[in-house]
Amino acid sequence: MDTFRTSVMVCGGTGCVAGGTLKIKKALDEELRRKGLEKEINVLLTGCLGFCAQGPVIAVHPDEIFYQRLTAEDIPVIVEDHFVKGRPVERLVCKEPAREQTVPLMKDIPFYNLQVLRALRNKGMIDAENIDEYIARDGYQAAAKALTEMTSAQIVDEMKRSGLRGRGGAGFPTGLKWEFCAKVKDDQKYILCNGDEGDPGAFMDRSIMEADPHVVLEGMLIGAKAIGASKGYIYVRAEYPLAVHRLQLAIDQAKEYGLLGENILGTGFNLDIEIYQGAGAFVCGEETALMRSLEGKRGMPRPRPPFPAVKGLWDKPTVLNNVETYANIPPIILNGADWYRSLGTEKSSGTKVFALSGAISNIGLIEVPMGIPLRKIIYEIGGGVPNKRKFKAVQLGGPSGGCIPEHLLDTPVTYEDIMQTGAIVGSGGMVVMNDLNCMVSVAKFFLEFTAEESCGKCPPCRIGTTVMLDILTNITEGRGKAGDIELLQDMAQDIISTSLCGLGQTAPNPVLTTIRYFRDEYESHINEGWCRTGVCKDLCTFYIDEEKCKACGACKRVCPQDAVSGEKKVPHRIDQARCIQCRSCYEVCKFDSVKIGPRSMRELLKGLPGQDALRDRQIRTLAGKEE
Amino acid sequence: MPRLTVDDLKKIKEQHREKLALKEGGSRVKVTVHMGTCGIAAGAKKVMDALLDEIGKAGAKDIIVATSGCAGLCSKEPMATVEVLNAAPVKYVYLNEEKMRKIFAEHVQKGQVVGECALVAGSETAY
Ligand SMILES: Cc1cc2nc3c(=O)[nH]c(=O)nc-3n(C[C@H](O)[C@H](O)[C@H](O)COP(=O)(O)O)c2cc1C
Ligand code: SF4
Ligand code: SF4
Ligand code: SF4
Ligand code: FES
Ligand code: FES
Repeated sequence: MDTFRTSVMVCGGTGCVAGGTLKIKKALDEELRRKGLEKEINVLLTGCLGFCAQGPVIAVHPDEIFYQRLTAEDIPVIVEDHFVKGRPVERLVCKEPAREQTVPLMKDIPFYNLQVLRALRNKGMIDAENIDEYIARDGYQAAAKALTEMTSAQIVDEMKRSGLRGRGGAGFPTGLKWEFCAKVKDDQKYILCNGDEGDPGAFMDRSIMEADPHVVLEGMLIGAKAIGASKGYIYVRAEYPLAVHRLQLAIDQAKEYGLLGENILGTGFNLDIEIYQGAGAFVCGEETALMRSLEGKRGMPRPRPPFPAVKGLWDKPTVLNNVETYANIPPIILNGADWYRSLGTEKSSGTKVFALSGAISNIGLIEVPMGIPLRKIIYEIGGGVPNKRKFKAVQLGGPSGGCIPEHLLDTPVTYEDIMQTGAIVGSGGMVVMNDLNCMVSVAKFFLEFTAEESCGKCPPCRIGTTVMLDILTNITEGRGKAGDIELLQDMAQDIISTSLCGLGQTAPNPVLTTIRYFRDEYESHINEGWCRTGVCKDLCTFYIDEEKCKACGACKRVCPQDAVSGEKKVPHRIDQARCIQCRSCYEVCKFDSVKIGPRSMRELLKGLPGQDALRDRQIRTLAGKEE
Repeated sequence: MPRLTVDDLKKIKEQHREKLALKEGGSRVKVTVHMGTCGIAAGAKKVMDALLDEIGKAGAKDIIVATSGCAGLCSKEPMATVEVLNAAPVKYVYLNEEKMRKIFAEHVQKGQVVGECALVAGSETAY
């Protein structure tokens, strides 16, 4: 490894980037190379340095000198005077660091310092209803470049080199998709945007459409030029009224400015974009079904080939991309493919947006470089699992994805590595589960969703998911049988290999991954009649370990059934005839004294009288199994 | 100004940056209330109303009030960002009307950050 005598940190915070960080970095790299200093002085991009008002800013270590309000013209002077002659350039040095005394800086908080915003770069920065604010942050500059300086082939080439893969779930390379369509000759082509976002737990696309609607239009405009489309549609679910409203305003304003419509920017290029509101069926997010739905027909997938790039909407060549995919395109055109590749891995370049939710401290929308380990996302950005509970699994990819357990948390987030675990990167839903989650119930929840949403065209998907759901229901309600797990696995393989569209092909994933990593939970449901998390009400008994109970009364207060009896200093006890297994007492007890036993314990406890020593022994024998 | 050319686009960019820039003698503070779906659900509208009310009462003319989308931390909404001339922006979390009024009185008017509601200072990384 090279050793550098000096490091220059170039601020990559939004404040400085808007002022020209990337130009300064480029100028620095060039100037250092010219002076032969590139082996001695290391130039790095970094997070916000806290002088945003004085940006663009660079920090020189180990000298601890900050330069402010830089332009590319200042760079040769700094290199010559400071790096060659060792004399800092006084007139450019930051004088008064306007630091907030008590408030930490973003670079000191993992939630912020591990994120890099590209698709979300305007997040919380601009008024989504004012096109001028988008333009002020370099908006439509990339479209202008694509329309005036680039050929279709050059755009396709840049996209291919960037390595950007579709963010809607499948991860297909965007440049390649565009190339297929660009090569087809036709007088009418379409460019579509998928804003259906049917994945429960996902809200990345909604957030982009609401916060930065013009970026979607600009991405589509560049795509339209690349493939030669003159008409575009944005397919948005009707449940997203604010997104629809802001997209419509954006379209109107862009038209008024001549950034949509005819002869855009005086280049002779035409593109019209309309919004189509979908009725919210999950399968309508699948590309061929989405196109049927746009045509006003029932949204049902059809076999491919022919691929939409050849025969898509109204049998015309069509490109469909996801909202987040489009949000990545303008900066790629503006800053180049190499810039995009500077983050992420060889095969999974750039950044990915995730919607973090579930049992995690920081619920929200994050954007991280691909290749970051899951553990960092969950424990550093997400702040870990709150309320002293234990991490159990993280669910990626929603109904098409899977659950990844603790021992695989060092898996880097790339398309290939996540696939290895049996889950998928998917569109970006990331739901964290703690020890209160029953994994059989989680699998059942997702399968309920897909069984309900199956369009019914192919029997393996329509019938298969229903049968699998029945088996899961049986297991969670105490009717599980030996062989059920194997049967689920067999059926899953059949459904995966014989379904027509991605819905059926991926629907079994949540079941398969939970069996793979949490087989013991399935087995204890089936063989012992015991849901150890107390989620499956028919398979658990709540009781109090009277030796541990501190008689604090918390469980008694919270019980909706008045099933807990006890007084001060007297260990509490649950009346099984009244208990409805709501789990409130278990969650509220700070002393770990409420226990969850198997179903069979309930009868045992019901008949027996008061503080019977025999009963206590029986409880402990049974509970011993639990430890 | 219909039908832009590429040069017009650059002009709008410069003009608008100028307009939004904080400067001596111009706008001194910018307050952005984050109004994505979750911010609104958490009560961002009331926070905004409180802010506008305070500005009206104080007769302040040098404050830019803006709305913007998701700030990324849905579990800490409502959120607002306060940027005072020559200082890094500060993000406030878990706001309500009362806290917004306090932030107005102390941070917006006097430049003193309200530590107990502030989460972080600075800008997000975006390279
Ligand atoms: C059942 C099903 C639902 C889908 N839902 C969505 C969706 O809501 N949003 C989306 O962008 N892609 C969705 N997709 C993926 C699309 O078919 C398509 O691959 C994607 O929109 C292409 O854009 P991309 O290459 O930019 O990701 C879904 C796929 C399937 C099989
Ligand atoms: S796999 Fe399922 S959703 Fe897809 S076409 Fe077949 S029945 Fe419809
Ligand atoms: S909450 Fe726990 S410690 Fe308190 S009375 Fe109930 S079981 Fe006993
Ligand atoms: S599980 Fe619910 S109903 Fe049963 S004892 Fe505890 S709080 Fe009461
Ligand atoms: S954005 Fe550069 S110092 Fe904050
Ligand atoms: S929409 Fe408010 S933080 Fe996400």
